Amino acid sequence: MRVKTALLGVASLAFASQAMAQSTTRGEDGNLNILFWQAVSILNPYLSGGTKDVEASALVLEPLARYDENATLIPWLAEEIPSLENGGVAEDLTSITWTLKEGIVWADGSPVTANDVVFTWQYCTAEGMGCAQEGKFEGVTNVEAVDDRTVRITFGAPTPFPWVAFVGGQSPIIQAAQFADCLGAAAAQCTEANTKPIGTGPFQVTEFLPNDVISFEANPNYRDPAKPAFATVTFKGGGDAAAAARAVLETGEFDYGWNLLLAPDVLASMEAAGQGQIVSAFGTNVERIEVNLTNPSPDLPEGERSTVAHPHPFLTIPEVREALSLAIDRQTLVDVGYGETGRPTCNLVPAPEIYKSDDAECAAAYDPERAMQLLEQAGFTDTDGDGVRENADGLRLSMLYQTSTNRVRQDFQALIKEWWEEIGFEVELRNVDAAVYFGGDPASPDTIEKFYADVEMYANTFEGTDPTSYLAAYTCDKIPSPENNWQGQNMNRVCDPAYEEMLAQFQGTADQEERSRLAKALNSYLTIENHIIIGLVDRGRVSAHSNTLGGVRLNTWDAELWNIADWHRLDN
Amino acid sequence: MLTFTIRRLVLAIPTLLFIALVIFLLLDMAPGDPMADQPLTIPPEVREEMRRALGLDQPVYVRFGLWLYQFFVVEPLVVIDHLFGTAYSAGQARVISWQFKSPVMDIIVQRLPQTLWVVGSAYMLGVLIAIPIGIVSAVRQYSVFDQIGTFISMVGFSVPTFFTGVLLIVIFSVNLGWFPSIYDTQLRVTDWSSFGQQVRQMALPVFVLALFNAAQISRYMRASMLDNMTQDYVRTARAKGMDERTVVLRHVLRNSMIPVVTVIALGVPSVFGGAIITEQVFKVNGLGALLITAINANDLPMVQTLTFIFAVLIVLFNLVADVLYGILDPRIRYD
Amino acid sequence: MTDAPAAGPSSATKMPMPGPDVRLAAAGASQWKDVWRQFRTHKGAVLGATFLVLVTLFCILGPWIWRVDPGDLDVRNKDLRPIYHALWDSGAKVAWAHPLGSDNLGRDLLASLIAGGRVSLAVGWTAMLLSMVIGTLVGVLAGYFWRLDGVLMRFTDLVLALPLLPLLLVMMLLFRDSLRAAFGPEMGIFLLIVTGIGITSWMNTARIVRGDVLALKEREFILAARSIGTPARRMIPRHILPNVMSSIMVSATLGLASAIITESALSFLGLGFPSDFPTWGKLLFDSTDRMADFPERVIWPGLAISLTVLSVNYIGDGLRDAFDPRIRGR
Repeated sequence: MRVKTALLGVASLAFASQAMAQSTTRGEDGNLNILFWQAVSILNPYLSGGTKDVEASALVLEPLARYDENATLIPWLAEEIPSLENGGVAEDLTSITWTLKEGIVWADGSPVTANDVVFTWQYCTAEGMGCAQEGKFEGVTNVEAVDDRTVRITFGAPTPFPWVAFVGGQSPIIQAAQFADCLGAAAAQCTEANTKPIGTGPFQVTEFLPNDVISFEANPNYRDPAKPAFATVTFKGGGDAAAAARAVLETGEFDYGWNLLLAPDVLASMEAAGQGQIVSAFGTNVERIEVNLTNPSPDLPEGERSTVAHPHPFLTIPEVREALSLAIDRQTLVDVGYGETGRPTCNLVPAPEIYKSDDAECAAAYDPERAMQLLEQAGFTDTDGDGVRENADGLRLSMLYQTSTNRVRQDFQALIKEWWEEIGFEVELRNVDAAVYFGGDPASPDTIEKFYADVEMYANTFEGTDPTSYLAAYTCDKIPSPENNWQGQNMNRVCDPAYEEMLAQFQGTADQEERSRLAKALNSYLTIENHIIIGLVDRGRVSAHSNTLGGVRLNTWDAELWNIADWHRLDN
Repeated sequence: MLTFTIRRLVLAIPTLLFIALVIFLLLDMAPGDPMADQPLTIPPEVREEMRRALGLDQPVYVRFGLWLYQFFVVEPLVVIDHLFGTAYSAGQARVISWQFKSPVMDIIVQRLPQTLWVVGSAYMLGVLIAIPIGIVSAVRQYSVFDQIGTFISMVGFSVPTFFTGVLLIVIFSVNLGWFPSIYDTQLRVTDWSSFGQQVRQMALPVFVLALFNAAQISRYMRASMLDNMTQDYVRTARAKGMDERTVVLRHVLRNSMIPVVTVIALGVPSVFGGAIITEQVFKVNGLGALLITAINANDLPMVQTLTFIFAVLIVLFNLVADVLYGILDPRIRYD
Repeated sequence: MTDAPAAGPSSATKMPMPGPDVRLAAAGASQWKDVWRQFRTHKGAVLGATFLVLVTLFCILGPWIWRVDPGDLDVRNKDLRPIYHALWDSGAKVAWAHPLGSDNLGRDLLASLIAGGRVSLAVGWTAMLLSMVIGTLVGVLAGYFWRLDGVLMRFTDLVLALPLLPLLLVMMLLFRDSLRAAFGPEMGIFLLIVTGIGITSWMNTARIVRGDVLALKEREFILAARSIGTPARRMIPRHILPNVMSSIMVSATLGLASAIITESALSFLGLGFPSDFPTWGKLLFDSTDRMADFPERVIWPGLAISLTVLSVNYIGDGLRDAFDPRIRGR
């Protein structure tokens, strides 16, 4: 079995390189210009988890396995994907064994060994390091080299989904020799290693100007002698999304522009210039409104606002939350903000297919009449004729709606405010600088964790294809509060034993069908059934490339530049 | 004047230390966190660990003391080592940027050339255009030249650079294709053709900035000239039979320079501060872009160092302005 | 440097605002008449003043004449072109309901311009006046009393050196909630923005005024006034201020423009008004991406800002001439 797959792999590799060999030789296509409007600061994903930095590192550093654009796990530096069937994953789910491909060398010519993999783990988990990818090694108790090409990862407890460490662009293998003196607190002082890492990828760094330009050249020791097709890469940063789109689509100065979050009509009119094309793909990124189940009122003393001590006066009523969801016309939001690159959703987990609840009905439902009915049922009517509903106790449906500063989000705010006001809410808008909003500074009142508002909007995603840690955020102990210095991902302050029991089942089972069922149930609990999280738009990744650039396969499950070795110039 | 200058320079030291402290406290107080540009998928415990690695768990005075030590002791040592090949700074931690994990001063030195090229030449051009325009506008007040000059400079000042920049890109880069819309910081001027390229890529940002600067300075020049044109000493000079050129250029101009010198001196530190919006629009990636990204990323060591250097320049150039007042009008005394 | 005194205003003994105290009361009325007469002859100033009054009226009375709510979304009628567009392009999407067109969410551009103008003008004027008052006060005090000079100018250096963005964030953090509680969300944020812009833009004025005062202080007419024992409280308003007026006027004109623009930069950074409050600067900023397809969305707010600043500039010119007795006779 094992031999057979390996042989198949070799055969297909041989076939592929033969097919490619006809069209490419290394470096024949000259220079490739890539534009990232959020400039790259560092080429070490362990020191910065920022997407831009992880993307750029993908040119140089590579993991054992990656996801391809269809969310399938494929071997990269490893020979094959370990599984229960091929014996790579232990029967008791407490260890996984990876084997490196034969003959892989670093860009400096030295061989890649299992020790480099072990070192990578030691590097990230060293005391005082502040490793951004430590989450990847959660539950890992040991990483050891079995022989020169074999690594065994041991877990403290049975782990049904063990393909996390060293998988994907976030946790690539780094060279032990280069980073040997950079363990722990010394990591930040290793400027040379952090900006010019020696990798196994198709390119190596020749010049690094932080937040400005990186120059790469083809790695002479890359494992496929015919690749990459480009001899050099210029990786420019800075500006904004509109300027980046213009440089690729209108002036043609650049070949690839990343993450072009622009209104669909703006993008379409730029694409009409005919220099390039827009590519997009869907992943797990969902723009959502989070409902605060606790009371954020400024009248409460500091330290008690938005804590479980004070439940929200009206957002704890299920009918009110459902009314909020029903009053939103998701298709219009998509048309205004995303066009082709978005689709309406109610889900928290919109993909992969095996974990996705059926939300078609909810996503299409725009029913203000029904929403108003629900509010009536909950006892809210507009008695004083000011357009805002109140209940018998004089409680007015008045809300503060916050989000980060971003043009599309402000358009969404305006639309949703209008729809909510139509059914009898009073809505005050606030937009907060993204650096503050997402910063999590406990001293600031405006962070998503503190949630000093009734509803807030942002987008979030999960890495890879496994939603376990994502769904595990909605437990009582992950509620941000003054006691834990406002750290925690349970922004809504959901606290329900039934949910936690279901979650424990989900985390304990390895049976795929059962996992799918439970993941869907957890997702539905938060969204379609209870409307604690009001999903709005399933946001695709949008980038653009020049018409002369071939080989781009936009991947939302891993680094976008994952297959840059295959990129080439089209002659036309 | 010399004693005045020396006294002011000595006084500048406590002033600057105080400014450094105020900036540090301000940045410390500002909401925002270096973890903001890390994705939400990173768990809170890991974020906390990353904050600790940056030294954020230390009390304010420790962090300020550390910065002072690194900036005033370690960084100069590094410069000495660099110049003389010594190794005094070996093993000493420099001021390290939180975003880049590399020394702040190295990046500043790296960014300085493009800022000086673009913002510096725009400023010089602005001053060179503004002074003659101001003079002519004042001498021929309400002439066609003055009216057009007023109109252009007011429009130039009141239309924000985020708009003029994009407008010029749409016209000259997208439609006409004359100039690049993205500045290439790696371009090295070695021959005429690369010099031509440099001029082409500088043309748009320099134009935007020069228009803005010239508008401002020419207004002050004109107003101040007008004030002086009606003074009695001008009449006296004319009565003595001096020709108009001498009257204007030697007497009126000199006496009108004080507000203009102030404005120019105030502007020089901001040349080093870079032009935040224009640099972003044209992707010049100079010091202005560095500062704004550092502020957005809450990279405190970078922001602190940049603003402090900025403060030094402000104090210095305001002193220069004071000395120049004395030269322009020897009756001005400071004691 | 030897020829410098010769170049100096050796005979500038004439006071700009002359007239002994006794005559002043009687002459007061006619002096203002003189000023007005002179002002009227300045064509630019009259045009500017007319335009400014019209724009102000347009913004104040606008909502009663054009009764469309700027926040009203009309998604079916989004991306309409202005009505005049139909003159040369009969296929253009236009509607009388939106004479200047509508934006990508169907908000009426005319109504947005009116509402934006109210906010922009209010912010611009208040912030500019605030910064002029602080700047002039600091500048005059520092220039006139040399004991204060050191302290005030070092303080100016300090404020100049502070990074604007973190400063505003801190102000926001400290005062937003209490101001919101005291004045409501709109007025609270207005006060915050106006003070924010005001207290971070007075430094240039202060330094310029101080420079002028330093030079002025040594002029003969000041020395003469001082030698007859004129106290500072009368010296400053009567002799110093009128002579630094032209620099202040220029600062004020430029200050108005930068206050309007700074406000838009603040909303861009999430520090300004909530997103459902249009302002001229924000309209301009939001439309920059669509400039090529919908030029009217940038032209109108851009024109509004430029013309307002231009008219203030001309009014400033006119006032300066009108107050200058040496010009008035001409």
